[in-house]
Amino acid sequence: MDSWKVKKKFFTFSIIPGFAWIMVFFFLPLAFVWIMSFGEKSNIIDVVITGTLDNYTRAFDRVYFKVLAHSFLISLITTFICLIISLPIAFLISFSSRRIKTFLLILIILPFWTNLLIRTYSLIAILRTEGHVNKILEFLWIKINNVLLFLGIYDGQLTPNEFIPLNLLYNNFSVIFGLVYIYIPFMIIPIYVVLDKFDKSYIEASLDLGAGQIKTLFKIIIPLIYPGIISGVLLVLIPCLGSFVTPDLLGGSNSQMIGNVIERQFKSANDWPFGAALSFLLIYITIGLILIHSLFSKKIVEEKIL
Amino acid sequence: MYKNNRGISRRNLILGSSAFAAGLTLSPYSSNAYSSKEENKLNFYNWDTYIGEDTLSNFKSETGVVTKIDFFADNDELFAKLREGNPGYDVIVPSNNFVEKMIEANMLSPLNHNKIKNISNIETRFLNASFDKNRKYSLPYMWGTMGIGYAKDKVKEIPDSWSFIYESDKYSGRIAMLSEAADVIGMGLKYLGHSINSKNPSHYKEVEELIISQKKHIKVFAEDNGQDLLASRDVYLAQEWNGDVGQVMLEDNNIDYLIPKEGSLIWEDCLCIPNGAPHPNNAHKFIDYIYDANVGAEIADYIQYATPNKAARKLLGDDYNKNTSIFPEESVLDKCESQLYLGEDILKIIEDSWTRIRAA
Repeated sequence: MDSWKVKKKFFTFSIIPGFAWIMVFFFLPLAFVWIMSFGEKSNIIDVVITGTLDNYTRAFDRVYFKVLAHSFLISLITTFICLIISLPIAFLISFSSRRIKTFLLILIILPFWTNLLIRTYSLIAILRTEGHVNKILEFLWIKINNVLLFLGIYDGQLTPNEFIPLNLLYNNFSVIFGLVYIYIPFMIIPIYVVLDKFDKSYIEASLDLGAGQIKTLFKIIIPLIYPGIISGVLLVLIPCLGSFVTPDLLGGSNSQMIGNVIERQFKSANDWPFGAALSFLLIYITIGLILIHSLFSKKIVEEKIL
Repeated sequence: MYKNNRGISRRNLILGSSAFAAGLTLSPYSSNAYSSKEENKLNFYNWDTYIGEDTLSNFKSETGVVTKIDFFADNDELFAKLREGNPGYDVIVPSNNFVEKMIEANMLSPLNHNKIKNISNIETRFLNASFDKNRKYSLPYMWGTMGIGYAKDKVKEIPDSWSFIYESDKYSGRIAMLSEAADVIGMGLKYLGHSINSKNPSHYKEVEELIISQKKHIKVFAEDNGQDLLASRDVYLAQEWNGDVGQVMLEDNNIDYLIPKEGSLIWEDCLCIPNGAPHPNNAHKFIDYIYDANVGAEIADYIQYATPNKAARKLLGDDYNKNTSIFPEESVLDKCESQLYLGEDILKIIEDSWTRIRAA
């Protein structure tokens, strides 16, 4: 392929559509929101741009820090669980034969063919008190009790007298469960892409030269697929931070995330300038995360060269 | 197969998008905005499952007007959609406090009562309203109450007080509150003996503290599914709207609904024409049609909410008219209030304390 330095004209023209798309549908609307964040409500529907910083100072209230901290905690736990589950799955896919590999990749992408809301509602049906999980547990409980009775050792001590359904829904557990379920493909795919290009003979070499399985994993594989892991972490962490549908539908009384607060500013609170300021606060945090990421990857590249 | 499909669908996409573009450029001319006669169309923006099954198709066969219906889930969504200008709706169904808010924001067109001759079917007490003097902008569509839905097989006593929801650990972890700040906090005010339309910030502080200390006993602030949570016994007590609980009561004899002794709020959803409606004549025709006795009866029978249409009520039996969860007794109604539009400053107090409650 020709370098962009050789065919400058061709490359200039070919980036115009994408550039125009991003300008019109991303930066322009974002600019409106940014300008709105320096405005004030003058009546029920009108906003006057006064250049005020009040919306930002208001966003530094303790309660919003608390909400942000909670959102971070939920998102970090989600990202960590995604990572732990994704690593073996990505390994499995990249070590499979070609046909199985395609099949497995389709399985990963398949959930995207269904709307997010429908997937979230079906989680409600699975997790609620009379949901599928509790139904299966109750069935097992009855069977185990019958066996114990049959063996004559049942005295009501080994298992509770009646089946107590687990509280799986409307708490932070169900929010994390829902987020992991929704965002895990974004972790699996970048890790898989890096693993797929990864020369498997490194693993053989490491094992042949006497490193154990675990040492090979942490000293050879993980450092080499590190870029994939970092991309996956960002792709999961950032949308998690702004999520609001999942905590709304699956969360309990303590599951408010910053996305819910922002959504309310645009709806029931009818305070678009403040909502805009909160949105931008979240965007600045995201930009900060990406900056940290780029600093780290730069450091890694430098280390490798040295 | 996959490849073939892709080729066809891309061509369809181009065809489709050019048709869409043509539609966009032609629509201002075909809407007859400047001629006296309107095209036979009507855009209706309504709550989901909130009209009779055949009402719209009957309206079409009677008048030739084709109605396109869109749904909103709450008043905030309706308001947010119309805030930056009417996207083309002719008839909308906001609740009383939002009617007041939209009048204040100059978003509604005055109704021409002469064009709505079936207005005579509406009960007289609905022909004036605190939120809309002489019904200049709105006419009542349906009304109802907020109360407690409860599972009779799980609750030992009749939960006839808001204290069961707002200040009790008796059914800890089995209580659902609504998720709208104004409704939850408003009812907290009522429980503490204040008006739900209080403008005193210290009252709001009291309610905030009350709900924060009750929070550990509340399972969920339910979006719009308190009745489903009751039906599945995820909760035993739910703060809910009468019609929503009524729907599950039809299927489950062990669920009941009551208005607590402290009183509650009465809501009223209204038919309004937003400013900039493209088909105002059809909108009036439609509103008139809704107040026809037979049409009103069909709607009320299907959606099981209380209708202000007295001619329609005469056509319906006792299981509708004598149902106390639809039509509470007068003595109970006397203790209820309607929510007023309290102004943006009070709304900010409510929303901020809601954020603190949810974060606590």
